[in-house]
Amino acid sequence: MDAIIFLIFAAAAVIFGINVVLRTHPVSSALALIGVMASLAVIYLLLGAPFLAAVQVLVYAGAIMVLFLFVIMLLNAGSEKKSRGAWMARLAGVPLLVALLTILSFVIFRMYPRSVGVKFGSFAAGTVERVGSALFTTYLLPFEITSLLVLIAILGAVVLGYKELD
Amino acid sequence: MNFFLLSAIKMAMVMGVLMLTLLYLQWAERKVVAHIQVRLGPYRVGPHGLLQPIADTLKLLLKEDLTPPGVNKGLYVFAPFLAITLSLISIVVIPFGPAIEVAGVQTWMQLTDLNVGVVFVLAISSLAVYGIVLAGWASNSKYPLLGSLRSAAQMISYELPLGLTIAAPLLMANTLSLREIVLSQSHYYWGWIPAWNVLHGPLPQVIAFVVFMIAAFAETNRIPFDLPEAETELVAGFHTEYSSMKFAGFFMAEYANMFTVCSMATVLFLGGWLPPWPAEKGSVFFPSVMFAAAGLIALRHGLYRARPRDRRSFQVIAMVSFGLAALFLIPAFAQFFSPLFWFGLKTGLLLFTFIWVRGTLPRFRYDQLMRFAWSFLFPVAAVNLMATALLVAIFG
Amino acid sequence: MPQTIPLSWYLVLSAVLFALGAAGFVFRRNIITMFMSIELMLNAVNLTFIAFAYHLRQVDGQVFAFFVMVVAAAEAAVGLAIILTVFKNRATLQVDEIASMKN
Repeated sequence: MDAIIFLIFAAAAVIFGINVVLRTHPVSSALALIGVMASLAVIYLLLGAPFLAAVQVLVYAGAIMVLFLFVIMLLNAGSEKKSRGAWMARLAGVPLLVALLTILSFVIFRMYPRSVGVKFGSFAAGTVERVGSALFTTYLLPFEITSLLVLIAILGAVVLGYKELD
Repeated sequence: MNFFLLSAIKMAMVMGVLMLTLLYLQWAERKVVAHIQVRLGPYRVGPHGLLQPIADTLKLLLKEDLTPPGVNKGLYVFAPFLAITLSLISIVVIPFGPAIEVAGVQTWMQLTDLNVGVVFVLAISSLAVYGIVLAGWASNSKYPLLGSLRSAAQMISYELPLGLTIAAPLLMANTLSLREIVLSQSHYYWGWIPAWNVLHGPLPQVIAFVVFMIAAFAETNRIPFDLPEAETELVAGFHTEYSSMKFAGFFMAEYANMFTVCSMATVLFLGGWLPPWPAEKGSVFFPSVMFAAAGLIALRHGLYRARPRDRRSFQVIAMVSFGLAALFLIPAFAQFFSPLFWFGLKTGLLLFTFIWVRGTLPRFRYDQLMRFAWSFLFPVAAVNLMATALLVAIFG
Repeated sequence: MPQTIPLSWYLVLSAVLFALGAAGFVFRRNIITMFMSIELMLNAVNLTFIAFAYHLRQVDGQVFAFFVMVVAAAEAAVGLAIILTVFKNRATLQVDEIASMKN
């Protein structure tokens, strides 16, 4: 059961991921990215992180991607034009990326052989209580600094948007 | 019993009741708005227009399914499907009643209880905007696009006060599971006053409840926040280009969303299925008394109406009410159905408020809508949350 | 069907998604799509964090993934504001055409 769910959603994530890269229209890419995020949320559930799965949908799919779609629609962005730079990047990039992926996979398979497995339900620390208490005790300082970062981000967005208005 | 079989049975029951509710919610809305405007509302199809929803459904089914030229076909079809799916998913975590035992099988009147239930509902409701945004964009038309842009901005803005007001009762309940939230409200002060979060110390969540309801109006695109489909400005907003069953999908999604937010408000603030005063002090008899009173009123109307059809239909309604009153006197029946009765009554009153407001208030202007969210609702919700946190830390 | 899935599968899935994100970032010329590719890479990294949180039986990886999400949200807000400003000034979203500092 675990393996079937994992395979279905891993395949979905990869297919959506390919769509993110290959679709020329930004709206299609954005929708594919939402698909990736939703599939990953299911995979988080398999890894015993229900809280993060919900937050993944809430923050990524529900807030960030809505913002992306909003901007795409606001700017009425059309399909991407072909350009010379892109062609050169593709020529140099594809071998490099394939090499990167091969090395990564090789290292992963060497470090974690088949015997190291993941069984659904054997680790259930991803509850709100556990994540929350870690967040507010061990990681209190990073948490507070993140709130500062968010504040700065809000100010930055307001300043940039304000200039744009007048 | 087999887990899957049990789940399937529960799902079928919830779906059946929900679909019926959605159909008749639309009838109730038309009737209530009509009476607010001193009209009769649907009256021709069946007694008191009771068969009107079925006639409407048939009409929409038989209508031609138009696909305008120039639309993005895939997304155009996908959008209403998405809207209705997302609006129905949240129902799975709503607890309708306590644990019951039927023929030796013990189960909860809830499809499933997640330990992150509240976050789940928030996550799903934050996705609801996609149905609208995609519909507007895929239609490839001016007004739908404007409607969906408005909708995206509005839903992001009102999600913040909504989230903040949901957090306040969570601080008092100390859990994210909706079932446990209801159970945490199950005692009574001085034996009478219910410890619902809206009345529960250290800080009664009255403000949170009001802000939640206002934000819920905006999240469901209802008047006075129905800017995405403002017919005087945008024809019909995001669903201008939709017809037939696809239009019905959006229509149903709106009502399903209304039902979900009202049941969320019931669970979070009004104690879910719990009666407003203890059962041993007579709240078990309330359904009987209420249905009997309704029956008497209907009977009185039936006897003195000029119209012969009313004379018959009101008496049937009276008999049905008396029958229900009698049924609620049977302990075995009341045990199952009085939690459902209280849940339904609370949710129904909130739904009535939605319809009542629709018949009463005019629409906001767009800048007013945004200013209201950011400079009034958001600060109020934030201050309420901080005050609750402080008081819970001191007294809790 | 085996009841356990090798951890390496999760990590390879993450690596594939990361590579796709990197590919999108390098190949695409639309600034919004490039930005979305960055989000894809961040998601891939999150998957690695959560997979290792499972493997090490510690909640810290999940906390870190949480921080990544917060930072991604802040980044999206600022980044999209910048894109709006760029579009206002240049009326284009193609990164090749935003080259007034060149030459």
